[in-house]
Formats: sequence, structure tokens, C-alpha cells
Amino acid sequence: MIGGLFIYNHKGEVLISRVYRDDIGRNAVDAFRVNVIHARQQVRSPVTNIARTSFFHVKRSNIWLAAVTKQNVNAAMVFEFLYKMCDVMTAYFGKISEENIKNNFVLIYELLDEILDFGYPQNSETGALKTFITQTGIKSQHHSKEEQSQITSQVTGQIGWRREGIKYRRNELFLDVLESVNLLMSPQGQVLSAHVSGRVVMKSYLSGMPECKFGMNDKIVIDKQGKGGASEEAAGKSGGGGGKQSIAIDDCTFHQCVRLSKFDAERSISFIPPDGECELMRYRTTKDIILPFRVIPLVREVGRTKLEVKVVIKSNFKPSLLAQKIEVRIPTPLNTSGVQVICMKGKAKYKASENAIVWKIKRMAGMKESQISAEIELLPTNDKKKWARPPISMNFEVPFAPSGLKVRYLKVFEPKLNYSDHDVIKWVRYIGRSGIYETRC
Amino acid sequence: MTDSKYFTTTKKGEIFELKAELNSDKKEKKKEAVKKVIASMTVGKDVSALFPDVVNCMQTDNLELKKLVYLYLMNYAKSQPDMAIMAVNTFVKDCEDANPLIRALAVRTMGCIRVDKITEYLCEPLRKCLKDEDPYVRKTAAVCVAKLHDINAQLVEDQGFLDTLKDLISDSNPMVVANAVAALSEIAESHPNSNLLDLNPQSINKLLTALNECTEWGQIFILDCLANYTPRDDRESQSICERVTPRLSHANSAVVLSAVKVLMKFMEMLPKDLDYYGTLLKKLAPPLVTLLSAEPELQYVALRNINLIVQKRPEILKHEMKVFFVKYNDPIYVKLEKLDIMIRLASQANIAQVLAELKEYATEVDVDFVRKAVRAIGRCAIKVEQSAERCVSTLLDLIQTKVNYVVQEAIVVIKDIFRKYPNKYESVIATLCENLDSLDEPEARAAMIWIVGEYAERIDNADELLESFLEGFHDESTQVQLQLLTAIVKLFLKKPTETQELVQQVLSLATQDSDNPDLRDRGYIYWRLLSTDPVAAKEVVLAEKPLISEETDLIEPTLLEELICHIGTLASVYHKPPSAFVEGSRGVMHKRLPARTGSGESTESPDVGTAAGGSAPEAAPSIIPSQGDLLGDLLNLDMAPPTTSGPPPPTTGMQMGGMDLLGGGLDSLLGGDLGGSPAMGAGFGAAPAVMPASLNAPVGGGLGDLFDLGGGVGMPMGAYIPPKIVWLPAMKAKGLEISGTFARRAGVIQMELILTNKAMSIMTDFAIQFNRNSFGLAPAGPLQVLTPLGPNQTIEVSLPLSTVGPVMKMDPLNNLQVAVKNNIDVFYFSCQYPISMLFVEDGKMERQVFLATWKDIPNDNESQFQIKDCHLNSDAASSKLQGSNIFTIAKRTVEGQDMLYMSIKLSNGIWVLAELRVQAGNPNYTMTTIRRSGS
Repeated sequence: MIGGLFIYNHKGEVLISRVYRDDIGRNAVDAFRVNVIHARQQVRSPVTNIARTSFFHVKRSNIWLAAVTKQNVNAAMVFEFLYKMCDVMTAYFGKISEENIKNNFVLIYELLDEILDFGYPQNSETGALKTFITQTGIKSQHHSKEEQSQITSQVTGQIGWRREGIKYRRNELFLDVLESVNLLMSPQGQVLSAHVSGRVVMKSYLSGMPECKFGMNDKIVIDKQGKGGASEEAAGKSGGGGGKQSIAIDDCTFHQCVRLSKFDAERSISFIPPDGECELMRYRTTKDIILPFRVIPLVREVGRTKLEVKVVIKSNFKPSLLAQKIEVRIPTPLNTSGVQVICMKGKAKYKASENAIVWKIKRMAGMKESQISAEIELLPTNDKKKWARPPISMNFEVPFAPSGLKVRYLKVFEPKLNYSDHDVIKWVRYIGRSGIYETRC
Repeated sequence: MTDSKYFTTTKKGEIFELKAELNSDKKEKKKEAVKKVIASMTVGKDVSALFPDVVNCMQTDNLELKKLVYLYLMNYAKSQPDMAIMAVNTFVKDCEDANPLIRALAVRTMGCIRVDKITEYLCEPLRKCLKDEDPYVRKTAAVCVAKLHDINAQLVEDQGFLDTLKDLISDSNPMVVANAVAALSEIAESHPNSNLLDLNPQSINKLLTALNECTEWGQIFILDCLANYTPRDDRESQSICERVTPRLSHANSAVVLSAVKVLMKFMEMLPKDLDYYGTLLKKLAPPLVTLLSAEPELQYVALRNINLIVQKRPEILKHEMKVFFVKYNDPIYVKLEKLDIMIRLASQANIAQVLAELKEYATEVDVDFVRKAVRAIGRCAIKVEQSAERCVSTLLDLIQTKVNYVVQEAIVVIKDIFRKYPNKYESVIATLCENLDSLDEPEARAAMIWIVGEYAERIDNADELLESFLEGFHDESTQVQLQLLTAIVKLFLKKPTETQELVQQVLSLATQDSDNPDLRDRGYIYWRLLSTDPVAAKEVVLAEKPLISEETDLIEPTLLEELICHIGTLASVYHKPPSAFVEGSRGVMHKRLPARTGSGESTESPDVGTAAGGSAPEAAPSIIPSQGDLLGDLLNLDMAPPTTSGPPPPTTGMQMGGMDLLGGGLDSLLGGDLGGSPAMGAGFGAAPAVMPASLNAPVGGGLGDLFDLGGGVGMPMGAYIPPKIVWLPAMKAKGLEISGTFARRAGVIQMELILTNKAMSIMTDFAIQFNRNSFGLAPAGPLQVLTPLGPNQTIEVSLPLSTVGPVMKMDPLNNLQVAVKNNIDVFYFSCQYPISMLFVEDGKMERQVFLATWKDIPNDNESQFQIKDCHLNSDAASSKLQGSNIFTIAKRTVEGQDMLYMSIKLSNGIWVLAELRVQAGNPNYTMTTIRRSGS
């Protein structure tokens, strides 16, 4: 199991050091600094073995988090834990920075004592932790007996992510379908790979212990219902009526509140949500993706000292919708001396420090086309190696789900309190963003 | 208020000031001071001098302050054990606190204080906490048992904490269950043979239920524990798989990978024609692909594991090539791993896409990545024959770029392509020769020289090219020197007339001016070959080379199996067994995949039994201990010395004292039922007078084997044959597994071997040789393996042995070092033969001679020991022993004791005389042996 956990600043100074196992000595702290943080070359692996001691590290801005062990630990678990540790810290004091860590080091030690015992991760749900580990350090002493046992049963319990007795005057929930669409396209316009990785983020302000059921236009469910006939529930029908097409989900993963065995058996998504925000599910699709933009590059080398670049972008969605925050990044060679750009729409600038022409458009409606052309002057070099031509990348945001996913229903039942599904105010929003959206040129 | 200011106090006299502050009356000031102490501790300053002052702050109602003091205690208690005792009272008191959070905090912290005296005080509070009404306290106490075990294992056992921990597996709270499982798994690891976890269908069921309810981390503990279980049959296996598959949808990648591990392992047991088997295969692909959208560090872990999975079951991901395409912004470690997997998945169906990608990668920036991409193109050519031509032309394009390292890498792989497809692509040689000057890496230079030598007849100026290399001969690396030597000899054999001078030059450089023995030897061999028989030289040097195989970098099958059992862990990231990077006892045992068994069949095969224990060490034979002895004798076989070492052999009765001449193994041997084999004892562990000094030498083997109790009357007479054990595991011998035993049949010693081919290729040309040993054992004939041994085939061979070979004293005496050779390699192992095998049939001494001899031998040569729990009467024992050529000469009865006088003659003519005292009704025998030095 994890033998110790260290946090360093960018210089390699230790900010936090907590050792859980006897086999990890103080010299481990220095070994990591010398061999990884101060190493001259780029990090070649997130796992490093130095003198039979293994170091796992992740970096958040310029802060290094390293877990150390001498045993054959579950490596995936260690990384998951490090990410979780970052989440917990962020939830407590915001951005992970040297300043914040120093300011909260007592709190961090307290957290580390709680969420890692003898190197075994324990309950790390922020919601639960916040009930008894507080920044003031005082609250914990004034719990009544009932409160104490409530805390402990929540921390260890079956539903560790929610406490009993939550009350809201207005029961409300927000669903965000956030997708990032990834594309790799050849210069000839052939899709080399494309996939959507999506997340359903739920913000709920519901009283009591609400049972929720979530439905979407999952092909498997729709097909099953189609066979099952009209006997299906009403929500199913209305959803089916709204958008006939269904989508094939390659794979999905759920927040720990979702009953996985039920999903496996009936493909229904039922759960008691944590209070506040949670990422309910993640999914991935690869079929019938709506690619919101098409990038058509044209690069011509004119002699040894000049490049001509022309890039056309075409939007490919309903004309009534608007894409936002569009940015096209056209890489330029390292020996660029000057650039002239002409674009029809938006603003374009050559950024020498980034070796790229950045073309920004604020808004663009569907089924439109725009174009940029640039002349790049090059300094003559005697470098034999050809320019690697990195791909043209693109960023954007569109108000629909490129995978085609639709939320069909989210039903809420609270058997003990007297509010029904109809009383809950529900909001659904779709946002499609670019992930790694690249076209080779 | 911020805490960062505590990090900035660096003035002198700090400790003194802190001391004053710690003893202040004001609570706030105290707390401030403790914070400063902790901050100093964090940055590595020694603040242990403040120990008493900090401990004084422990008695407080302020929980935050208390936690800080505890943190300090955990760090420094070990350096101040006496003062740490001061804290005990507070801990004990806190363990009784009304607040469960404080109770848990106390027991959690106490377990982290590694001071013996404290652990004694910990026992009572811990016992209470394990049965606490609050689950939070129980789950903390469960982990505390593991902590205590780490400090003092004996104490944990004596106090019965292990049983309490086992009870917690049935706790109503899922987190308590999960922590108990984690603690038990860890403790079980350091006791490989204990049945601590006691996994059986009932307990497995409990775990599977808890799996649905506990936190993500708890699920990981439980899945990792499940992976150690071996289901009894395919039905059980399937039902566990069914209940584990939902975990594949968990958001936590570690849960997913641990579930994959369980499934990959249990799948082994499912029949392949089962529908469910196919369903399961299909279910595994999507979650594995999803892992690739995790954060880069996790992607890396996932990719390393996918690399293993793809080798074990290529069918799972064969359609998913595209997801492994490298993204421009991937970190380098992800890129390199993806590339590896792309090559593994490359097939005729997707080769066009793969090649286009690889070509793209070859123009990237990172040198390592580019090199690997170029190499990958070559590997594609070798793997997918249809693509070879396209690959070669792609490589030529890359050579045209003139980028130094690209060219070098391309030349190295083109050499391999030539070897895979001879006489097909030699037209490109001219292009390669153009780039001769730019090669500065040994591997590329060696490859190029090989090409020039191999195709010397097609290259007009081959002699000039090679001569140019010769100028700086001594500055080249060995690899290049060897290659150059061979290439010039080849050239000479092809164009003898114009290159005589060149060959003489290189031979003299290699033999006279070089310090490298390999180079000198090779030089001399060529020289003699050329001078004695040029025709033979031609046959040897220009012999047709075997084609290289398709995939050269596959992980060896047994290692792969072991790594599959470690999916998700560090072992799977390093692609090394845990024993390679974990110190101490943990992780030393090897895990194996279960064998496929039908539901009706019994699972008594030893393999399954071992795996079911989850942790029992393999019966690995000892590897030849000293290389020095061996080298002298085995060198004539032209073998490299063995480099591996393994655990000592699990022979019974090894740890005997000096006087215990005939083996401590006696006890166990007389008592135990040896698996119902038709048995007389084995291993008469005598150390007869091979040499006088051997009296005190520890001797292996066990006399007791000779008295097997299971048999009784009416069993077939004959020498005892010990059961076969694995001498050479497949892992250590490139897939060849050898198990065997020794027997004496009709006066001939036989070595009975079972050879199993666990590799993928056919094995032929078996030969065997022994090192010198104590009794001069040597093969009496060649190893008779007439037919080639195909993959997964097994053959039984019986090798007659003689005792006329060279003698050298071994330690233990009955140790035998064996070398086995096949077409793949030479392998070494050592095994131990039962001494009883050496007892000859004419070992019955005449009574008179016996008496005389008995008196003759000095008392020093006498030794005595007890055989316990043998329920044979003297006659039965006598007849039983006779089966192993231990002859009873006389018997007398004194005061209710039967005294048997027996004689044994060893194959080397040494006599051993023994007196066996048997008291009726007493299962313990006393045996006195004396021996006489060689006749």
C-alpha cells in the first residue's frame, strides 16, 4: 500500500510530507527531488523506481504530488487516489498552489490522516469529510451524540455520499450534458478517428433521500422498449416521440451512487444523488457523431523561404444554432520571420511565442463557411530536418450534444417526504465542446 | 489568518523559543507553537528535542491541537521510546471517549507508534475497538490490526486478533468489511501458507455482496482479494464473473482494472465454446478503451496493462486499433506505449492505416518516439508479410530525409527484414551504402556491416567499405568489432582472391591486439577454420540462417500469466514479477492462472491446489548454487553460466544439525501419509563415509520416507519412489518444464522425467548432462526423446543412471546439478535424490562380519536420532525397509524393546550399520547408526 505521500513546490521543496509505512524513510523525499523534479530531461514516466522504491507522481500547475511505496501496490488505485486528493483539496481551499498549501497545511495533514490510513484510502467524498473536518477546527467538538453517530454512519455507510435530513423549500435539479468531441482528420478530409466523451453533471437541491431514475435515448433501451410494445411507461413514450433517433453508447461509467448491478441487468440508471453537484455518468460514443466543424487546410511551400497557408472552416449543424468561442490554431515553422494574414471573419494574429497563427471568431451560425489565408516568411536554415507540420487544432463550443444524446427523463421519488416528481423543477442543458479536434496538414 | 508564516521561522535559537511557547499558559499560543513545530518537521528539521514539551500539549480538548500532537508523536516516538510511554495514558483514555471520532483517532494513531512498549498497551483498547458499536471505530480498528501485525506479528496471533478480524468480514457495515479484507490480505501475504483468508464459496458470496455497497476504494480491496481465489469449477467461475462485470462501468479506473483482472483470470476456467465466454470477451473491450480517456498517468497504467491483455487475448481489442492512434499532445510515455500496442494489433486488415500513422509519427520531434516509430515500421514488415514491400519503400523514403537517427534506425530494421525475406529486397542495398558515413551508433554500424558482409558479392566495393571501418577497429564497440570480423571473413570466402590481405589484417587485429576474449576466440576459430579446411569454413560461415520469427518481443508465457494475475498493480506497470522489485517476503510467491476445469472434474491437480491457496509457493527446484564449480565441468557443453537464483527447494527435513546424520526428515516421513503412493520411505538421508570430514555436514533427505504408514501390509514391495516435483519451472526455461523423481528399479537407478513444452514452438534435440556429484551419478545413456515436443505436449522419459561418474562432494550431499539442452537453449537446475536410491541389493552383511564391524567402528562415527509417530511393529518395519535394500541382520528383544540390527551398502561401497530400537506401544523409534569408511 501507499507508504508515504509528499507534496513539493516547483523548486522541489517539501510542503507536506506524511509517511504511513516504516519502510519509507526521510531519504525517499530527497530521492524523488533529485531524480525526478531536478532531473534534466523531460519526465519519461509517471511511475519511477529509485532504489527499489516506487514513486507515483502527478502535477497540478507547478505543484508535485508524489506517492511512495516499496510494495506491489495497485498502481491504478494510487493515481486515482492522487486525483481524488487534488479534488478534495480543491473543494476545501480552491486552487492547488504553493500559497494555498502552505496556508492550509494543518488542514491537509488532518485530511491525509483521515482519507489514508496505513496507506489504505478511506472515504474521500468531500461531502462527508466536510461534516467533520472543518477549517475552523472547532465545529468537531460541538457535535451532539446523534450528530456524531450520523457522521460516522455517513462516512462508513452504504450511502456515504449523502446525509439524512436535508431540506429545501424548493426542490430543484439541473442536468448538464457536457460533451467533448475529438477528431483526427487527414489532410484529405478522411476521418482517422473521432469520438465523443461526454459527462452528465447533475446539480441537485432535493429534500430527504430521493430515489432518482435517469433515462436517455440509449439505443439498447429504446430497441428493447420497441420490442416490448406500448406497455412501457409514459415517459418512455414522450421521450421516444420527441426524438426518434437513438444513439449507440460504446461504454459508460457511473458515479458511485448509481446501482451498477441494476444497470448491468436492466440498463436502468437509478440512484440516490449526493447533495449538490456530482458527475453522474461519463460515456463514450464513436458512431454517427455530428462533427460541428470541418477544417480544410491547404499548405504550399513556395521556395525555401515562404509558405502559403489557406484554411477553410465549415460549420455543420442547424442554421438556427450558434457556435461560440471558435479558435483555430495554425502552427508555423520555428524559423518563421514574418506572417501576413487575411481573414474574412473574426480576428487572426501570429503569435511568435506559440509558433502559431491564432484565428478567433466569436460566433458562427450553422451551415456557414469562413476562410483565412496567410503568407509565412521563413528564415533560411541549414537544418536538414524537415518541419514536422503539427496538426491544425480547433476549439469551439456548440449548444447541442454532438453525440446526439438526449435526456428523456429524470424522475424523482421520495417516499417519506410529500413532494412528488411533478413538484421538482428540472433544468437540462446541452453543451458540446471541442476536445482534441485536429486536422493534419 | 494563514498558516504559511510557520514555514518562515528560520532564526537561531528557534528551538529554545518554541520550547517556551509550548509551555505557555495560553492555549492559542500553544497551538501556534505546535503548528510551527509541525512545519519545521515537514521541511526536514530535527525538532525531536521538543518531544516532552509537545507531548505535554496532548491533554487537550481541542481536537485540532490533539491531531497535531499525534502527528508529531508518530514521527518521533521511535527515536524517543521512553518518553513516548508518557503518551500511553492519554491514548487509553481517548479509546474510551464518548465521541467515536476520538476513539477512532486514538486507536488509529496508537497503531502508528512503532514502539514495543506501546504496542503492549494497545492490545486491550484495540480489542474493545474491534467490537465497538460504531462502524467508524471498527473500520479503523481493522486497519490497526494490520499495523500491529507489521510491528509484532506474534503478538497479533497470540492475542487472537486474527480471528476477530475474520469475524469482521461478516460485519453489517460494508466499509468495515472492506478494511478487514484489506488488512487480512496484507497479513496473508506475509504468511504465504496460512489459510487466513479462507476463501470459500460462502465467504466469496459475502464479499460479492459487500462489493455492491462499499466505497470505491473498498471495492478495489475486495476485487483484489477475489482475484486470489480459484473457483472450484467453471460454473462457479461464471457466476462470479457475472457478479463482477457490473464493476466495469465504475467511474474509478482502478475498480475497472481490478474487475478486469478478476475476469481475465476466471475466464481461463470457462470453456471457450460457452456463449458466456464470447459475451464476456465483448464486454471487456469498451471499458478498456474508456480507460484511455482518463488522465494521462492513468492512461499510462492502463496502456501497460492493455499491452499484457493484448498478448494474452488478442481477440478482445483486435477491432480497436484506432483508439491507440497517437495524439499530438499525448505525453511521451503515453505515445510510446500506444505505439507498442499498435504493432501488437497490426494485422493484414488494418495494416494500411497503421503504416500511414507510423509514417506520420516518424516525422515528429521526440527522438525516442521517432526511433520507435521507425522500428515499428520494420516490425510491421516482419509481422504482416503482405505489407513488407510497402514498409520497405516507406523506410527508404525515411532514409531519404537524411535525419541521422532516422537513417540509423531504418538500417537496423532493414537488416531484420532481409533476414525475414531473403533475396527479395536486396535492390535497396545501394541506397543503404550511400548513408554509410552518417552512421555513428554501434547498432546501426553493426547492422550495416552485416549487410555488407552478407551481400558482399552484390556490392562491388564491399572490400573498400569494410576496409574503411577497419581503420578505427579498436575504437569500435565489441558489437561492431565482432560483426566486422565476421563480415570480412564472409567477404573473403566469397571473393578470396582480392581480399586475402584484408582478412589477414582483421584476424591479426582480433587475435593479437585485442583484450576481448570473445573477439579473440572468434578470431582464432575463423583462423583455424580457414587454414585447415576452407570448404568447411564456407559451410559454417556462409550457412543458411534460420528465418527470424514474427514477434520477437513477446513476454515469455509463464511471466505473462503471472503478470495477468497482477493486473492494475505495479508489477503490471513494470512488466516484472513483484519479486523483482519488492523486498522481503512480500510478493515473492508467484501467482498463476487457474487451469481450465469442467464442473464435473475434480480439481486435484497440484497446480490448482497451489493456486487455490492463493499464495503457496511453487515447488521450485533450487537453482545451481555456485557458478564456479559448475563452470569447470560444464564448459565443455559451451553454456553460459546460469544467472537466476531461486528459493531453496522445499525438501523435507533439510535443516538438520550436524549430529543428526540420518535426517530430521525422519519424523515427518514416518508420520505422514505420502499421498497414498505405494510407498516405502525415500531419502535415507545418511551421510555415509564419503569422506571422513562429512560427519558434521548437514545432509538432506529424510529417512522417514522409508517408513510410510499409509501402506501397511500387503502393499507391493519395492523401493519408495518420492512423488514427482517440478525441478525446472517453465518460466525459467523458456517454456520447458521438467518435473521428475528418482527410482531404483531392478537394481538400476532411474531418473524419471516429465518434460512439458509450455512454449509456442516445437522443441527438439534434447540432451542431458550432470555436474560432478557426491556419488558419481552420471547418465548411463543419452536422453531418449525421439520425437520433437510440440507446444503443450508432455513426454515421460526414464533415464538410467550409473554411479561411475566423477565424484565431487556436494552440499547437501545428495544434491545433483543438471544441465538440459534443447534446440532453444541450455537450462540448469538442481535437484536432490533420495539416498535410498543408492542402497545396493547386496547390502546384507554377514552376521559375524556385522558384529565385528559394529565393534570396530569408533564411537565418533555414531549418531542417534528419534523417529516419531511410527505405528509399525518391528517386523513390519523390517520388511518395509528391506524393500529399499535396508537389510535386517539380527533382532533381539531386551526389556520389551525390539532391537533391529540392519546394514546398508551404498553404491560406492560404503557400509552403514544401524540399530533400530522399537518399543511396543511407543510410536517413537530410536535409531543409532554407525558407518564404516570405504571398503
